[in-house]
Amino acid sequence: MTTTQPTTNGVAARPSGLAGIPLLAPDAPKQTKREFTSDQEVRWCPGCGDYAILAAVQGFLPELGLKRENITFVSGIGCSSRFPYYLDTYGMHSIHGRAPSIATGLATSRPDQNVWVVTGDGDALSIGGNHLIHALRRNVNITILLFNNEIYGLTKGQYSPTSRVGQVTKSTPFGSVDRPFNPVSLALGAEATFVARTTDTDRKHLTGILRAAAEHRGTSLVEIYQNCPIFNDGAFELIKDRTEQEARIVHLIDGEPVQVGPEDDRKTLVRMPGGRLKFVPAASAQGMDVVVHDTGAEDASQAFALSRLDSPEMTHVPMGIFRSVSRPTYDDGVRAQVEAAVSTAGGPATDDDLAELLRGRDTWTVA
Amino acid sequence: MSSKTVQKLDRVVIRFAGDSGDGMQLTGDRFTSETAAMGNDLSTLPNFPAEIRAPQGTLPGVSSFQLHFADHEVLTPGDAPDVLVAMNPAALRANLADIPRGATIIINTDEFSKRALAKVGYTENPVDDGSLESFHVHPVPLTSITVDALAAFEGLSRKEKERAKNMFALGLLSWMYTRPTTGTEAFLTKKFGAHPEILEANLTALRAGWNYGETTEDFASSYEIAPAVMPAGTYRNITGNIALAHGLVAAAHQARLPLVLGSYPITPASDILHTLSALKRHNVTTMQAEDEIAGIGIALGASFGGAIGVTTTSGPGVALKSEMIGLAVSLELPLVIVDVQRGGPSTGLPTKTEQSDLLQAMFGRNGESPVPIVAPSTPSDCFNAAFEAVRIATTYRTPVFLLSDGYLANGSEPWAVPEVSDLPDLRVEFASEPNGVDDKGEQVFHPFLRDPETLARPWAVPGTAGLEHRIGGIEKADITGNISYDPDNHDKMTRLRAAKVAGIAGIPDVVVEDPSGDARLLVLGWGSTFGPIAAAVRAVRNAGHHVASAHLRHLNPFPANLGEVLRSYDRVVVPEMNLGQLSMLLRAEFLVDVRPHTSVRGLPFSTVDLADVILTHLEEVS
Repeated sequence: MTTTQPTTNGVAARPSGLAGIPLLAPDAPKQTKREFTSDQEVRWCPGCGDYAILAAVQGFLPELGLKRENITFVSGIGCSSRFPYYLDTYGMHSIHGRAPSIATGLATSRPDQNVWVVTGDGDALSIGGNHLIHALRRNVNITILLFNNEIYGLTKGQYSPTSRVGQVTKSTPFGSVDRPFNPVSLALGAEATFVARTTDTDRKHLTGILRAAAEHRGTSLVEIYQNCPIFNDGAFELIKDRTEQEARIVHLIDGEPVQVGPEDDRKTLVRMPGGRLKFVPAASAQGMDVVVHDTGAEDASQAFALSRLDSPEMTHVPMGIFRSVSRPTYDDGVRAQVEAAVSTAGGPATDDDLAELLRGRDTWTVA
Repeated sequence: MSSKTVQKLDRVVIRFAGDSGDGMQLTGDRFTSETAAMGNDLSTLPNFPAEIRAPQGTLPGVSSFQLHFADHEVLTPGDAPDVLVAMNPAALRANLADIPRGATIIINTDEFSKRALAKVGYTENPVDDGSLESFHVHPVPLTSITVDALAAFEGLSRKEKERAKNMFALGLLSWMYTRPTTGTEAFLTKKFGAHPEILEANLTALRAGWNYGETTEDFASSYEIAPAVMPAGTYRNITGNIALAHGLVAAAHQARLPLVLGSYPITPASDILHTLSALKRHNVTTMQAEDEIAGIGIALGASFGGAIGVTTTSGPGVALKSEMIGLAVSLELPLVIVDVQRGGPSTGLPTKTEQSDLLQAMFGRNGESPVPIVAPSTPSDCFNAAFEAVRIATTYRTPVFLLSDGYLANGSEPWAVPEVSDLPDLRVEFASEPNGVDDKGEQVFHPFLRDPETLARPWAVPGTAGLEHRIGGIEKADITGNISYDPDNHDKMTRLRAAKVAGIAGIPDVVVEDPSGDARLLVLGWGSTFGPIAAAVRAVRNAGHHVASAHLRHLNPFPANLGEVLRSYDRVVVPEMNLGQLSMLLRAEFLVDVRPHTSVRGLPFSTVDLADVILTHLEEVS
C-alpha cells in the first residue's frame, strides 16, 4: 500500500505523495467544499456523471489539508477536461491529450504543488496515449483521473478507444470494428505504480480511491467509470443495478482472497493448474490455490491477470486498487541531480560561476 | 633544424575531408583550437552526412571540415579551399569541384587502391593520370607512415594504429601553418588518459606528422599567418549551439529564475540539449521527453510554474509543436522555442543548413497566432539572440521563436566573452496580490488584466495565495480570463494579442552600413547569411562600387524604421537560403518590390557568387 514518511513522536505521518507541499497552518479554519468551488457555472449536460465526480473531488480536497494555492489541476480536451474551471485552485485547460506533459513540467519544477490531471478515454488513450504511458513509466508525482465513458462526448458521439466492438455510434453506423483498450491493463503494462478503478455513482468508494491516489508518491492512475447520458447512456448499467452489481463487481481488498457474488452465491478466485484464474464456488475453493490480492506485489502479473477478468459483457468487474507500489519518482530524481550539482558546487551559481562557464576552458586575451 | 623557408600569408582556407570514420571533425576542431590560440580570426564549416557511418569509402560517407583563418576579420568559412586534405578517393571526388586551380591537395595515397577508386567511379588513379596537374598535389602515404611510426606499439593492432592517421595529418598541417600543438597534446591527454598506449600512439602520430613536414623535401616551405587585429578582450572559440545554450543560461541567471528545457533529440539541435543537460550546477533542469510535443508541454508546464521554459528542435519538430505554441500564445505565458533550421520539407536534409522555417515560425499555427521571431547572425551571436528571446518572452509573456540554423549551430568563430556585469538585468515581477474587484466589491485576481504599456498580462504562479485562477486554450474574456464565446470579445482579444507582439519595445532600428553614403542598392539579410553578405559587400566595395547593407535580428516585429529604410533605396536585394520567405514578408508589409536572391543547396552562400549577384543588380540600377 501507499508508503508514508516515518512517524515521529507518534504524530501521524504525512503521506509521501504530499511530502514537500506546504500544509495549512494547524490553527487555520477548517476548509470546506465551498472554498474549492469556483464562481463559474458548470456546463455539463443534465445527468452527466461528471457532476458526481466534481462533487466528490470538491468534497474530498479539504481533506488533504493543503492550501488551495498549492493545488493545480491540468486537463486536456473533452467534456471531462472542463473540470479545472470549476475548482478554485490553480488550473490549466490545455490541448488534446497533452496534459500529462504539461503536468510533468509543472510537477518536476514545482515540488510544492499537488498536481492533478483530469482526462477522458479519448484524451488519455487516443490522442494522448503516448504521453499517458510515458508519464506512467516515469512515475512523475501526479494523480491522473481518467473519466471513462466509452464515447466521445464533446465532438458529439463518435466511438472512443474504449468503445466496444460492434458499438453503433455516429461514426460507426454499421458497428465499430475497433478493439478497445482496457485502461487498467494498459497502465499496468506501462509500469504504473498506482492503478485503481472506481465509478462516478459510488461517492464513498470514489472518495476512498481519490485519497489513496493522492497519498501515493508517483503517477497514480484512477479509471472512473462515468456515464454519458447523451451519447452512451447506460454503458455501465449492469454494475449500477443493485442486484446485478453484487454478482458482477469484484471488490479488490488488499490481503484478502478475491471474491465475487452475494453471500449465498459467493465465488472465490483460484489459480488453476497452468496459471489461468477462475472463479469457483467459495465452498469448493478449500485446498485450491486461492488468489489473495496483493497491491504491493513487486511483480505486476497478478494485478494484470485481475484486470483481464474484465469483459465487455461485464460478467466480472474488478473495482478498487489493483496496484500500489513504491518506486523512485522521476521528478524527485531530476530535482536530486540538480540539487546535488548545486550543492557540490557550493550553492547557487554566482556571477563569477557564470563568467567561468562563459569563458570555457580555452581562452586567449587580446590586449 | 629546418632550412625551409617560411612564407607569410594573410588568409588561408583549409578543408579536411575523409570518410565519416576518419575523424575529420575532430581534426578540424583541433586545428581550429590551435588557430584560435594563435590569435587569428576564423570561421568554420563542418559538413557531414546524416548517416553515422555511411558505407566506407563511398561519396555519401564523406565528412569534411572547413576552416578559414586570417590576419584580418573573417566573415565566412571561405568559398574555395586553398588546401584540401583528401583522406581517400571519395573525399577527393566529392570535394574537387570546389577546389580552385593552383590550390594545394594533400592526398593519402595509401587509400587509393584500385578497389577504392572504382567504388567512387575512378577508372584511372587521379594521382598519376595527370588529371590533377593544375593543382599542387602532395601525395603522402599517410596511413602507412603512421603505422610505421607506431611500429613500437606492440599492444596495438594495425587497425588501431591506422586510426591515428588523422593525428598525423593534423601534425603535418600544424607544421605547414606553424600552429602550436600543445593544446592538442593536452586535449589528447585528457581524452585518452585512461588508455596510456593509445594516448602515446596519438601523440607519436601527431609529432610524426609535424616531423614529416619539416624533413620531407616535398614540402618546401611553411606558412605564417599573423594574428588578426581584434578588439581587446578575452576570447574563446565557440559554436552556435553552445553559444545559444550559454545565452539561455545567462538569461535565466540574469532573470534569477530556473531554466527548464523540455526537448526531444533532433539534428542539428541536439547539442543544445547535451550542453544544457550538463549545466545542472546553474539550476538548469533538462527533460528528454517522449516526443516533440511532450518536450514543449514540459517547457510550458514549467513556465506556468514560474520557470523559463525552453524547447529546442528543428523544423520537423516545430511542425509537431505547433498546437502547443498556439496554446502558449493563448495562455500568454513565456516560452522560448529554439528552431535550428535544416533543409526541408519533411525530413529533408538533416545535417544541412537552410532558412526555410521563417514562414512556419511566422504563420504555422491555426488562428491569428502572433509569435515574435529573433534570429542570430553568426555562431557567437547565438548568445545574444538567446538572451533577447528570453527578454521578450518574460517581458511580454509570450512564446518567442529563436531561429538558428545548421550552419550557425555547428560553425564556430572566436567570441569576445562578455562581462557578466555588462549583461542586462532580466528580473521580472510575479503577480503577488489581487488586482481587481468583483461585483460584490470583493478583491479578486484578474489574470488577463494587462499592463497598459506592454499589454502583458500578470505572471501569477501557482503557490501564490489569493491568485488561484484557471487559464486555457478556449477564448478568454478580456480582463477576467473566464471562458467567453462573445464575438466582440474575441475580436478584441485577437487584436490585443496582435498589438502586444507588434508593440514589443526595445527593438533597435535597423542600422544601414553605407560607407560612401552614395549607395542606391541595399542588400538586406537575416540570420546566418550575415557573414557571406558582409564579405560579398566588402568585395564589391573594394572593387570601387557603392552598395549599402543591413541585417535583421528581429523578424517579428520588424524594426520600426525598416519600411523607411527599404523605401529609400532604388533597389533592395534579399539573399536567403530559401525561396524568398523574408522577401514575401517585406513585400506584404511594406509594398516594396524587394528582389530575392535564393539558394537551397544546404550550404551557405558563396561570397564570390553573392558578389556577382550584387554587381548584376548594380548594373541594372545604374
